[in-house]
Amino acid sequence: MMGKYVEKEALPPPVSTSGPIAWVRDNLFNSPLSTILSLLTIYLLWNIIPPIFSWAFFDANFAGDNVDACTGTGACWVFIKVRLNFFIYGFYAEAERWRVDLSFLLLAIAVVPQFFDKFPYKMWLGVASVTLLPLIVGTLLIGGVLGLPPVETHQWGGLMLTLVLSYVGIVAALPFGVILALGRRSEMPTVRMVCVAFIELWRGVPLISVLFMASVMLPLFLPDGWDFQKLLRALIGITMFQSAYMAEVIRGGLQAIPKGQVEAAAALGLGYWRSMGLIVLPQALKLVIPGIVNTFIALFKDTTLVLIIGLLDILATVQSSIVDPAWRGVAAEGYVFAAFCFWVFCFGMSKYSQALERKLHTGHKR
Amino acid sequence: MSTNKDIATEPKRKSSALNDPQVRGYIFQTLLIAFLVWFGWVIFQNTLHNMESRGITTGFDFLQNPAGFEILMSLIPYSSNDTYGRTFVVGLLNTVLVAGLGIFFATILGFIIGIARLSKNWLVAKVASVYVETLRNIPLLLQIFFWYFAVLQPLPSPRQSIDFASAVFANNRGLYVPAPIAGDGLGAVIVIFFLGIIGSIFMVKWARKRQEATGQQFPVLYASLGLIIGLPIITYFILGAPLTWEMPELKGFNFKGGVRVIPELIALLLALTTYTASFIAEIVRAGIQSVAHGQTEAAAALGIRRSVALRLIIIPQAMRVVIPPLTSQYLNLAKNSSLATAIGYPDIVSVFMGTTLNQTGQAVEIVAMTMGVYLVISLTLSFFMNWYNKSMALKER
Repeated sequence: MMGKYVEKEALPPPVSTSGPIAWVRDNLFNSPLSTILSLLTIYLLWNIIPPIFSWAFFDANFAGDNVDACTGTGACWVFIKVRLNFFIYGFYAEAERWRVDLSFLLLAIAVVPQFFDKFPYKMWLGVASVTLLPLIVGTLLIGGVLGLPPVETHQWGGLMLTLVLSYVGIVAALPFGVILALGRRSEMPTVRMVCVAFIELWRGVPLISVLFMASVMLPLFLPDGWDFQKLLRALIGITMFQSAYMAEVIRGGLQAIPKGQVEAAAALGLGYWRSMGLIVLPQALKLVIPGIVNTFIALFKDTTLVLIIGLLDILATVQSSIVDPAWRGVAAEGYVFAAFCFWVFCFGMSKYSQALERKLHTGHKR
Repeated sequence: MSTNKDIATEPKRKSSALNDPQVRGYIFQTLLIAFLVWFGWVIFQNTLHNMESRGITTGFDFLQNPAGFEILMSLIPYSSNDTYGRTFVVGLLNTVLVAGLGIFFATILGFIIGIARLSKNWLVAKVASVYVETLRNIPLLLQIFFWYFAVLQPLPSPRQSIDFASAVFANNRGLYVPAPIAGDGLGAVIVIFFLGIIGSIFMVKWARKRQEATGQQFPVLYASLGLIIGLPIITYFILGAPLTWEMPELKGFNFKGGVRVIPELIALLLALTTYTASFIAEIVRAGIQSVAHGQTEAAAALGIRRSVALRLIIIPQAMRVVIPPLTSQYLNLAKNSSLATAIGYPDIVSVFMGTTLNQTGQAVEIVAMTMGVYLVISLTLSFFMNWYNKSMALKER
């Protein structure tokens, strides 16, 4: 029997699986919990983002050169504009600031090519940046030779001092770190114990107490007539502290080199130092570059602590400008500026180290 | 040309003892020890000489002398008549307080943000990753300053306090919260609370044994919640609510009553928590991602519910990856709490290595004691976390 044909309503079109609406449904409202979370987050952002933007841009003051120019309810960027040179150079003699600029330029020439994959002489620039560059920049900044008038280190400050502290800290810690890492893996029990004790001692105490020690106790340790400048004392403390962390990073790299490499080197008749220097360390150091960059980021942030022992790094210049009675109520602006400076450096470096890690990591990924 | 026979009969003819690696090792180690002893001796002599010429006394006798300065916040009774030794204890307790609270809050916040970063909700995941990328790339000291000088100090004076439900008040002198006052019988509630904890530990053991023997599950979670929270609450009301709150009240220019949380502590705790949480979030994310996807699929194939799979399969495996770096974050937090000195929170560095050192000048003893404290804290924390790690580690047979 044939039934009567009844026309049925056509099925609705399938829900769209592409396009912005589908994306929103899949990514923001795919379950009741997700919907609640999305709405909450949107509400929060709506209450946070517009006020921040109007504070930082729409209501902010950019023109003028003193505190009276800041009349709006927003940020007073005039403060940053007026004090910018102080934040970058500290009290470095004004006529000599080209030397700092030249140092920044040299640093950029040595470091920026490292971010590109195939740059000519990239490796040599990298090696020069940890050997030759500190010498040239040191001569340039300290002066006293080649007709450059000397600039006392207590005049150094701002971003320049932050970079000097972190750069010297990491470069000086590199050789110590290598020696300590090799020592920790040594077969001689005394050497191993001394290295372990040194590393764990420095890693167990906060940097601030190391800096205190460097500034208060170091003068007591030295014989009469020896007197280090405050900057040098801080650098010694930072280097000691950093070399312990560096040693642990390098040890990780040493452990990743298969034992066959050392055995092959021994079979070829290479002694300990030559097998380490020619075979193991070149491979291990290449492996740990991301780790070294990560410790550098940590050190870069930690250099702010020198303000506690009275050095004028970028945070200290901001801090001292904030409490200046000529400017009132500019704390937030100052900190946002300093935070932005640090953020740019650290974020850039962490992205670089992540890219390196991805390049070196060729295993399976999901 | 020598033959094989020559070599066999005269094996050591050509090499002197100096070429023997073992002998070299001994020589090298002796030289190292001699150098270290000499170095230590020179420093010791220099220090003695320098301290003598500067008129600094040595030894730990100063710990018995009266300190003569006030401390902003103290967990134990302290006045300026107390000894330097007591300032050490006060500072130590303040350090332990802020480090302990910081670890507690940073763990919670870090886990929430780490899981949020993996959320399928795009908005939540993005907000979490912006949080992480912003906070971990800004120095901690800067964040502490920001909270203290840019957020807490511009708060209104006590008279215009920000009022939360007339119980909690925030102003530029700190946060005023109601103080609990114990009545009769509160001790019983606390005793029952601890008995509940012990009872649920035994219950968990019993439930596991029963499940292994019979396969029957016992609602462990609800039962232990009942024991730990339900029982004390019932006792609390049976005994007639023996806990009253002393409300902070505005009297004249300042608040009386309640507990005052100083702004230094709030700023330090906020900065330590949010900063460390950004690192913990990354660790948690990496830990969860490290569990092979096949594990989730296998659990689903066995018919295990998603929540149970998460609790019994994913998280235990993720924890193995999470714990070692988490330990070092806890250690970092404990060490970073020393930044307190920059805003004047009276921790051990600020009180002992700051004020006490300035007053007595005994740098060597004080710096050594302070560093010793941090070493002990670090070693205790890592010992505890290693023990926990071992109990979670892969049990290979």
